[in-house]
Amino acid sequence: MYDVYKIRNDFPMLREPQTMQGHPLVFLDNASTTFKPDRVLDAMDVYNRKETANSHRGDYDLCNKADRAVAKARESVARFLNAGVNEIVFTAGATSALNLVAYGYCLKVLKPGDEILISLAEHASNVLPWFRIASLTGAKVKYIPLSEGNRITVEAVKTALTPHTKFVSVAYVGNVLGYIAPIKEIAALAHANGAVLCVDGAQSTPHLKTDVKDLDCDFLAFSGHKFCAPTGTGALYGKYDLLCAMDPFETGGGMNVKFYPDGTATYLLPPMKFEAGTLNVAGIIGLGEAVEYVSSIGLEEISAHEHMLKAYAVEKLLATGMVDIYNADSEGGIVTFNVHGVFSQDFATYLNAQGIACRSGQHCAKMLNDVLCVPATVRASFYLYTTKEEIDALVEAVKHGGNFLDAYF
Amino acid sequence: MPTFELTPAMMREIIMDHYSSPRHKVTPEGEGYETLHSSSINCIDDIDVFLKFDGNGKVKDACWNGTACAISTASSDILCDLLIGHDEKEAKYIIDQYRKMIHEEPYDSSVLEEALAFMNTGRQAARIHCALIGWDAVEEILKGHHHE
Ligand SMILES: Cc1ncc(COP(=O)(O)O)c(C=O)c1O
Repeated sequence: MYDVYKIRNDFPMLREPQTMQGHPLVFLDNASTTFKPDRVLDAMDVYNRKETANSHRGDYDLCNKADRAVAKARESVARFLNAGVNEIVFTAGATSALNLVAYGYCLKVLKPGDEILISLAEHASNVLPWFRIASLTGAKVKYIPLSEGNRITVEAVKTALTPHTKFVSVAYVGNVLGYIAPIKEIAALAHANGAVLCVDGAQSTPHLKTDVKDLDCDFLAFSGHKFCAPTGTGALYGKYDLLCAMDPFETGGGMNVKFYPDGTATYLLPPMKFEAGTLNVAGIIGLGEAVEYVSSIGLEEISAHEHMLKAYAVEKLLATGMVDIYNADSEGGIVTFNVHGVFSQDFATYLNAQGIACRSGQHCAKMLNDVLCVPATVRASFYLYTTKEEIDALVEAVKHGGNFLDAYF
Repeated sequence: MPTFELTPAMMREIIMDHYSSPRHKVTPEGEGYETLHSSSINCIDDIDVFLKFDGNGKVKDACWNGTACAISTASSDILCDLLIGHDEKEAKYIIDQYRKMIHEEPYDSSVLEEALAFMNTGRQAARIHCALIGWDAVEEILKGHHHE
């Protein structure tokens, strides 16, 4: 039995009631970031308070302990994704993982006239690195058209692939609408076309069981803070031979074997080759614990819980007769909507005045709003600890949305 | 501080009025406008402001256009009302007093008229920049403005 109240007890942010604008905090912005359970905080605390030392930099026990903690976290992440342990590169998050692919891989292999294929629903972090690479290499960015229902379909990918397509990057789950992209099929199509597939897993890894072997994607980027780990953590999964073929993006300490005055240098093998400088040891320890925590609850169970919440929210919101929902049929725990006659930002401010945290705007996917034909939307996003009562609070606020200026008086 | 009591109902009415029917929300066709774009990474608001001066250095026309929430729409629109007929120095004074009000510092309420409706914006910290977006842009135009 999935006991959401028991789960909430694991999180200090939920257990010790927080308030916002004098109301109990209702946090419905989990696509943006998530809370951390004791297990994550405690593990980081132990490192910071009792076991601080740099990793791979010393001959003493504490240092060795830090090394082992990092290795353990890498094993946890690898197991979580069904990847090899040497295929997990720690990064500062999805953005830095995608940039590592851009500068380490694409910059090296793409040639003028090559095509990079993305979709119009991508987050800025899965768009702008490719724009940069296109301008540096002479490659072109092309788009997979979205279907009528704003999905990425296999058919659309087929039509968008050309003999020049060398690289494809799409989100497994979109951060605005929460549709699941058919990654396994896209991988097969990309490979048959001689292209490499990168997956932006920022919104999928926290919510969906991810098996990189089964998907057969070449790269997958994700952020820890979207699944209960601290900000500034994340990883890039890359197939080992691709990682070997890649150039380092950052160079410096911790990633080299030897270097000489004449400028020659040799690097460590992946993943260390891509981890220049002192690691975010506390964060990596937290990331490893978060992976174990989320796994202990179960990704299937979390998905099912979110699915239930999504259906509940859509039904209740529609019943008010006061909203347009843009993604009622999407699989993810995200409801994107507008209240009739109320600008999204004004409604989000009204929600703030009721203690409800929701995001308004374009959610970093600025190309999608032209597809949806609205300047901006309100997004409510759920996670393993979200309750029906929290959705009820949102629905209640929607009913009074016309009074949005109340926030100021 | 204002010398008369502005009730929440009055403030709400002023903001709603300028939000639902802004008087100056237009991209001007004529010549002689100075313009500046203003947007914020923290919100959706994305506007242009336009100022035209007459031969005596007074604001002849002020307008704005773009995507904006209720607070930035109404505050930019009221700003245009306030500026017209004033010279650069007076305009700077008005903006200065408004900024002080928004940041909850002592201010001269005598020049703010309907803009007093925004005195509570500080309650919604995330919207402070919405109440300032048009005002910041006008101030920038005035900074670069040389008049005889
Ligand atoms: C789909 C998607 N990609 C990438 C990112 C970037 O993640 P981060 O800011 O943690 O690097 C996000 C975060 O909002 C996202 O939702």
